Amino acid sequence: MKRLDALAAVYPSLDDKVVVTIMGAVAAELQSIGHRPNFFYLQHAMGLASSMGLGIALTRPDRQVVVFDGDGSILMNLGGLTTLARYRPRNLVHVVFDNESLLSVGGFPTATSTGSDIAAIAAAAGIPRTATVRTVDDFTTAFDEAIAARDLTTIVAKVDAVGPAKFVTDLALLENRFQFQRYLTRVHTEPAR
Amino acid sequence: MSPVSTASSRLIYDALKASGIRLLSALPETWLVHLVRMADEDPEMILVRLAKEEEGVGISAGAHLAGVKSAMLMQNHGFLASVNGIVSCAQLYHIPLLMLISYRGEFGERDPWQTEGGGVTEDLLRALRIPFSYLDRPDHVAHRIAKAQTLALSANKPVALLLCRDLMWEEI
Repeated sequence: MKRLDALAAVYPSLDDKVVVTIMGAVAAELQSIGHRPNFFYLQHAMGLASSMGLGIALTRPDRQVVVFDGDGSILMNLGGLTTLARYRPRNLVHVVFDNESLLSVGGFPTATSTGSDIAAIAAAAGIPRTATVRTVDDFTTAFDEAIAARDLTTIVAKVDAVGPAKFVTDLALLENRFQFQRYLTRVHTEPAR
Repeated sequence: MSPVSTASSRLIYDALKASGIRLLSALPETWLVHLVRMADEDPEMILVRLAKEEEGVGISAGAHLAGVKSAMLMQNHGFLASVNGIVSCAQLYHIPLLMLISYRGEFGERDPWQTEGGGVTEDLLRALRIPFSYLDRPDHVAHRIAKAQTLALSANKPVALLLCRDLMWEEI
């Protein structure tokens, strides 16, 4: 499965979600499908996208939060999985695109290429729902089920180690940050759909 | 009874509440035990106990963008462990971040393992261009916390308050 196809498959359902992504290919590919004001791309601070998602989910239980993480990033913050599990925000779906490599810096293999199993690590950390998927159909089903289940879920989507030609987009980091904050402020007063 | 000052911890906690803080992330250490307990017992406060301090930077960034004021409680060694998150999340994205850092390793420190980190804490804060001040006497706790939070919000950047031995520790 290609990450771009997986993102495109769930893109229509992201309309009313609060979305946080990691840097690099995930951010560039989601923007290539179409940026929305409810999308925030953490273009550095590897590992902290899941922590940002937790911060939003705990303070805004009225919104459904989706984090698009990666194997290289979550491997830098495995302890954060225990914090996620401990507070178990039921409005957070945590997707880990696992291409078994650090693609944006030259494709060096990560530990998932030698057998480390992020879904098993997440389950052992206490995440109540976990899954590993390998096709776009299975990913879409797992994603929709996670939203419907209304419980903390980590979905590991095994994807090909391919990405966009370039990672820098024309959306400035601070433009994205303030737009996203305004979106969250605006929806503060609106009921969740 | 612990020589950690309950009265000073209460002053600090009340000042955080008065500044509108509704989420505290913390990695407990000796000097912070009362503050963590006060947050845990307060139904108006979201307490997030961390596995490692850098997570707190991401959690506070998320809370801020979601419209909730937060602060981090950590030891100075936790600050050392959080540096990339502070630079590449909070500073890069102009996130106000109130950090309360217990200043271990200064004069009076008896634990040999705290002394090295104590010696680099202020230099690192300066290198990162993080405005900071000291909480070392009860009478200025409330207004320094209020002013630190005011600057964090107006500048959209991390600020630090160093919780000092003279305030936190009652042993003579």
